[in-house]
Amino acid sequence: MKMKYKLGGLLLAGTILGGALSATAEEATISIESWRSEDLAIWQDKIIPAFEASHPGIKVKFTPTSPTEYDASLNSRLAGGTAGDLITCRPFDQSLAVYEQGNLADLTNLEAMKNFPDVAKSAWSTDDGSVTFCVPMASVIHGFIYNKDAFKELGLSVPQTEEEFFAVLDKIKEDGTYIPMAMGTHDEWEANTMGYYNIGPNYWKGEEGRLALIKGTQKLTDKDWVDPFRSLAKWGAYLGDGFESQTYSDSQNLFTLGRAAIYPAGSWEISGFNTQADFAMGAFKPPVPVAGQDCYISDHTDIGMGMNAKTANPEAAKAFLNWMGSEEFASLYANALPGFFSLSKHSVKLDDPLAQEFVSWRETCKSTIRPTYQILSRGTPNLETEMGRVSANVIKGTVTPEDAAAELQKGLESWYKPQQN
Amino acid sequence: MLWAAWFAQGIHGGNMQTTVRKQRFKWHIVVFLAPAVLVYSAIMIFPMIDTLRLSLFTQEGSKEVYVGLKNFQTLFHDPNWSGQFWNALGNNVWFFIIHMLVQNPIGIMLAAILSVPTLRFAAAYRTVVIVPTILSFVIVGFAWKLILSPLWGIAPGILDAIGLKSWFHPWLGKEEYALTTLALISVWQFIGIPMMLIYAALLSIPQEILEAAECDGITGFSAFWKVKLPLILPSIGIISILTFVGNFNSFDLIYVAQGPVAGPNYSTDILGTFMYRTFFGYQLQLGDQNLGAAIASVMFAIILVGVCIYLFTVQRRLRRYQF
Amino acid sequence: MNKARRNLAHSIAAHTLLLSYTILALFPVFVILINSFKTRKAIFRHPLTPPNPDSFSLVGYETVLKQGDFFHYFQNSMIVTVVSLFFILLFGAMAAFALAEYRFRGNVWMGLYLALGIMIPIRIGTVAILQMMVASGLVNTLTALILVYTAQGLPLAVFILTEFMKQVSDDLKNAGRIDGLSEYAIFFRLALPLVRPAMATVAVFNMIPIWNDLWFPLILAPSEATKTLTLGSQVFIGQFVTNWNAVLAALSLAIIPVLALYVIFSRQLIRGITAGAVK
Repeated sequence: MKMKYKLGGLLLAGTILGGALSATAEEATISIESWRSEDLAIWQDKIIPAFEASHPGIKVKFTPTSPTEYDASLNSRLAGGTAGDLITCRPFDQSLAVYEQGNLADLTNLEAMKNFPDVAKSAWSTDDGSVTFCVPMASVIHGFIYNKDAFKELGLSVPQTEEEFFAVLDKIKEDGTYIPMAMGTHDEWEANTMGYYNIGPNYWKGEEGRLALIKGTQKLTDKDWVDPFRSLAKWGAYLGDGFESQTYSDSQNLFTLGRAAIYPAGSWEISGFNTQADFAMGAFKPPVPVAGQDCYISDHTDIGMGMNAKTANPEAAKAFLNWMGSEEFASLYANALPGFFSLSKHSVKLDDPLAQEFVSWRETCKSTIRPTYQILSRGTPNLETEMGRVSANVIKGTVTPEDAAAELQKGLESWYKPQQN
Repeated sequence: MLWAAWFAQGIHGGNMQTTVRKQRFKWHIVVFLAPAVLVYSAIMIFPMIDTLRLSLFTQEGSKEVYVGLKNFQTLFHDPNWSGQFWNALGNNVWFFIIHMLVQNPIGIMLAAILSVPTLRFAAAYRTVVIVPTILSFVIVGFAWKLILSPLWGIAPGILDAIGLKSWFHPWLGKEEYALTTLALISVWQFIGIPMMLIYAALLSIPQEILEAAECDGITGFSAFWKVKLPLILPSIGIISILTFVGNFNSFDLIYVAQGPVAGPNYSTDILGTFMYRTFFGYQLQLGDQNLGAAIASVMFAIILVGVCIYLFTVQRRLRRYQF
Repeated sequence: MNKARRNLAHSIAAHTLLLSYTILALFPVFVILINSFKTRKAIFRHPLTPPNPDSFSLVGYETVLKQGDFFHYFQNSMIVTVVSLFFILLFGAMAAFALAEYRFRGNVWMGLYLALGIMIPIRIGTVAILQMMVASGLVNTLTALILVYTAQGLPLAVFILTEFMKQVSDDLKNAGRIDGLSEYAIFFRLALPLVRPAMATVAVFNMIPIWNDLWFPLILAPSEATKTLTLGSQVFIGQFVTNWNAVLAALSLAIIPVLALYVIFSRQLIRGITAGAVK
């Protein structure tokens, strides 16, 4: 029984300790909910000090949740009323749902909003565009990162067209020193995000195809949408042995350890790769199917910031959101996290050459966002989830490009009215 | 507190051992049960009923609307959902079969060896067997993915060293192997539990019984089969039902190793991952609490039927020995 | 074949089996441990090679110790785990004793009611639990976690312990009653010591999910003061960039206290029965 009392005391001590410490929070402290655990140091050391220096009296805390738990835990905490003051917004429907539940404040009239173009705001606006509920933070661009040393060693030059692209892959494969391309199908989202969405816009002509799909005038079984699958179907031969069980982080490691020559990428990789790779890296944009045609890139609105509608510190939170529309923030964020490109109208000078390479494509090519994100993933089966599974199957060769497209179209038609005629 | 009154009435009914005693209210039964029942009802049963209730509703805007059994109809009749459901159920059954065929026999065997009184280093072995059980899913997932990966060379290297290189496959990425591989990893992780339970049961067998058997010339293997095994049958019953419940509720390992979509091509999707994906959402697929709750209710029903079959048929037939 | 030789053969066979199982059980742990002391490159270049002067690196441990007060997280995890286990075992054993020992109306139904909890994952009841904790002001306290884990562990504890309680000799208990022991004394002094091995099992069974749980600390007690070790290590797992050095270091550190807890439980409680103190 003695043990029992000891433990009882311990329990009591724990309660008092927990209670006492949680009560010390200051009034002007605002906290930020985010899924970007890896940005913790950047926020703590660069962004927050810069804000606090110009806004005395407001303290900011960045409290990230691991990305796999973010949405579920955020929704639970919003329902229980314990969520943070500022909420990092995923693009389109996820945040729209949070807004519609009354958990995100209407920010349409926020001072800082005038610093963002409508295109940027569309990812965090209601369908009719009348209300905007998150401040756009950054977009990410798809392309290919390559090992410059390996290219030099094998005498390769950057491919411009699809034909050249496969010629380069053939040469790397023939030589045998490097795995031609670092990608796996274990984590299915890698297959559509780095594969299909990366090369696809050149086939479906960016926004033109994307909007036609939403309107119902094009189908996923049209040539423009099947061709990227046909191209993807050839990738399997150039991936590492056992790519079927290669995970996303395996792919990253494979490339940064110098074992693979080309990495189908998103620009978000840049900061991580810069610290991990000890060889020179370059980037090339998705190759066009026909030499000389217009080029299109996926320049996807990826991350924004909104305000908890039930925050106890709306003034402090709005002060922070307004500051996020400033040139100071744009430059600070884009340079602290190369590869996350500012969506504001301010022109930001990027110090990182690789990030500069990615962003320079905006000048020669037309930008579009990922085709499944707006409206098309609102039903069951979910087009985005299906896209991952089907793209992985195409790369593995367990389904033909035509069947893959037919499968997706059938699923979309089953619930999306404009596609039903 | 209705149950308390009804229940208190019952307590007057008398007690198993001391029926001779006077019929007075047996406060000690209430004292023994109250703490567990109170904590458990408030923090487990109430939130769960509150959640399972959601399966009869649907969300329209920010309003909850009663729809009766419509969610269950969707689950069983809409091909988009029923396909996934039956796939997950089938996978779950296979997951369970592997545990029953591999985990429990090996666990019993290890416990039997460890309970031999003359065995040296028994404590050390016992600790070793439990080590995988105390690891977090994150670490188990990472370790096995690293070992089985075709890229970093541990499993291919080991198979190569013993001349079986051709046996290697990227198991976790192939539809035909992934589920079995994960089930075996799970067996590896949890084998300590049946081992511990059976070990505890074997230790409870009094020395006199074994000595009596020895006098009759029953030793070694035959002592295990003829004397010990029948005595630990109730414990084997328990581990079977716990394995059943655990497997039909499990989710973490597959979630950590394969992600919420339980790839490749849903081949490792079990009821737990299916339910979580539906309830909490994944990527652009928003969480649907109502349909998720419907899946949870079905899982609950499956497990309840299993447990009842055990409680009311199997357990009643097992002879229990008191020592 | 004489008896001595046969015993020797048996013993060799037993040790061979146990040793091969030992290797199988420890190999992945060994992989984690050696890699936690290596540079990131070395982890993936040569995952099986123990750290050497070239690849040795404490960077993971340094990151872990720098980011947040890990000792404090440790303490939180420890308090939550030990206190929850204590209540699970105490309340669970009491309820199990009542179910196994006394015949009263609704006994079977009460048993079934208490077992319902093992059939539904408690995680789906999160929102209701959180609202309850908010209402009672327990958010960001360790008490909230202890309550949830106690409730979560009870069904299994009752289920297993009832079975073992039924095996406790009636003669022993009736002898106690004749000696004038109260029902409480019979429970604490006669029954409880006899089911110690089963309690050890229940403790181990419950300890792991509590120690490793990420979800409830995240929802109910995410503040710096109440963070648990598992929640603290999550900070190294990012959306795209995962700091494997830090994750491996944090998780290696997390293994040690659970292992210590296990050794305490198993030694103490299994010795209790083998010593036969009560019999």
